[in-house]
Amino acid sequence: METLKKLVPSDLNASKWVRMILGILVLALLVWRLVDVILIQRLYGPDTWARFAITGLIIGGMYALIAIGYTLVYGILLMINFAHGEVMMLGSFAGYFVFELLAFIPSPGPENPEQVLLNAFPVLSILVAFLVGMLVSALAGYFLEKIAYRPLRKAPRLVPLISAIGASIFLQNAAMLLFGPQRRTYLNPTLLDRGLGLEIPIAGNNVLVPYTGIFSFVLSILLMLGLYLLVQKTKLGRSMRAVAEDKGAAALMGINVDAVISRTFIISGILAGAAGVMWGVHNGLLNHYVGYIPGMKAFTAAVMGGIGNIPGAMLGGMTLGILESLGPAMLGIDFQLKDVIAFTILILVLIFRPSGLLGERLSEEKV
Amino acid sequence: MKTNQMLEVKDLHVYYGAIHALKGISFHLNEGEIVALIGTNGAGKSTTLNSVSGLLTPQPGQLFFGGKEITNTPPQDVVKMGIVQVPEGRKIFARMTVRENLEMGAYVFNDRDHIEADVQHAFEMFPRLRERQKQLGGTLSGGEQQMLAMARALMTRPRLLLMDEPSMGLAPILVEQVFEIIQEINSKGTTVLLVEQNAQMALSIADRAYVLETGKIVLEGTGQELLTNPQVKEAYLGG
Repeated sequence: METLKKLVPSDLNASKWVRMILGILVLALLVWRLVDVILIQRLYGPDTWARFAITGLIIGGMYALIAIGYTLVYGILLMINFAHGEVMMLGSFAGYFVFELLAFIPSPGPENPEQVLLNAFPVLSILVAFLVGMLVSALAGYFLEKIAYRPLRKAPRLVPLISAIGASIFLQNAAMLLFGPQRRTYLNPTLLDRGLGLEIPIAGNNVLVPYTGIFSFVLSILLMLGLYLLVQKTKLGRSMRAVAEDKGAAALMGINVDAVISRTFIISGILAGAAGVMWGVHNGLLNHYVGYIPGMKAFTAAVMGGIGNIPGAMLGGMTLGILESLGPAMLGIDFQLKDVIAFTILILVLIFRPSGLLGERLSEEKV
Repeated sequence: MKTNQMLEVKDLHVYYGAIHALKGISFHLNEGEIVALIGTNGAGKSTTLNSVSGLLTPQPGQLFFGGKEITNTPPQDVVKMGIVQVPEGRKIFARMTVRENLEMGAYVFNDRDHIEADVQHAFEMFPRLRERQKQLGGTLSGGEQQMLAMARALMTRPRLLLMDEPSMGLAPILVEQVFEIIQEINSKGTTVLLVEQNAQMALSIADRAYVLETGKIVLEGTGQELLTNPQVKEAYLGG
């Protein structure tokens, strides 16, 4: 560090100035747009804002689940698993095929000959879809690590990263070959019909909160709670924390480090699989590309929360979901630009607070 | 003679890439002994311990523990056999509490009651740790961290304790305490292999000792013999 500073003092100072000026510009732009849209133009009523915020929370929960996978793997291997979005996509497909299969089999009951299993046993169907989705993603994560990352464990850090990007492209294209490139519509049981929801009156208007959204949000909170308990209270969780802190010391305590790494990928996969089925159930669309953007967003969320930090990933996911949902309206720009907002946030976080909202670990380990 | 030999290292070679760190060392430990391995920085002392612990692969070389060959045994199985290392720089888990650190030591066991008894035993041996059991490991002082590292190692119920530079970075008074504890652990039946740069301290408590120089054993003898050996005096004891 010392020598580096001596070598490039002017550059470091310059980047400090650039950051300050950039910061002031971004803040000024934000304030101007917020005042203009919220106070002067008054484009949206409170009910619309509430709808945006609710949508953000629902999507944010899914981002959080995926982001935890990035953070867990980073915590242990110091690498970004760029194929994690594809792990989620495979789970999404698995859930889709479970629903399709159950919608194909007629229910044995005599009273309604038109009834299929999917609607005769909706709760059970949803449960099976989630379990299969989580299982498929868990296996995907497990084999991904075994095949694409483990042989490169001792290679320089850039190498597994490149392997991850390769795995991501491979899995997308493999899914396209297997399942075809067409867009599919997720077939939910009528219980979780995407048009149905709770009507909540806000400021004289009814805001529809879809059941799929409520269901997804509650389930993601439960899964996060479960993960927290697993990491904090169980032996497996303790071994994961130990390996994340110091692989050598963990091995000296009798922990099988390779096994813990495998389990970490399995747990990340389980959460991503759940998010994948939720994504299908709530948004309704599915193709081989479905994991890519959520994967990148979740990566952003993990960085925003402080990569390596589990509560940070949860907070980052929720925050990103809300920001990208409220953002276009707040700034008075096109709604199609929500992706731009998410990735602008990534760049801003990396410039102004690379350690994230809750994390100090990235900076610590880089030094 | 063979019967009470606990650890035997035969012609151990270790390479780090192109660097030949251990050039065929052989030594043994008898049950109940304290054996010191002394030498300067880079002599290969930590490399030796890490090979015994299974963190490094001998190329070639053989390791025997209680008459059984343990060459190429993965580290987690070495721990299960009863060999534990207190690594250089303690390597306690800084983001875990003192109690969690101790429980990590008992990772290979599942008998809750026995583990709890071991924790209580550790607290009796190191009262400071009881006071600080809910504190994060990273907030402890250097001396307390060394105590925690030793207590954590004892949680694995070892037959052989490998200590890597326990005196490093500690005030003289703490160094003496640490060495007293090592002797106490040994008196309760645990064999100790001690790696030290502080040769004076190490030799004074060691039954036997080996002197390691750039990957080779150059001298061996009882602790007392080496303490009075002119060569050792000049090179390691400050004349």
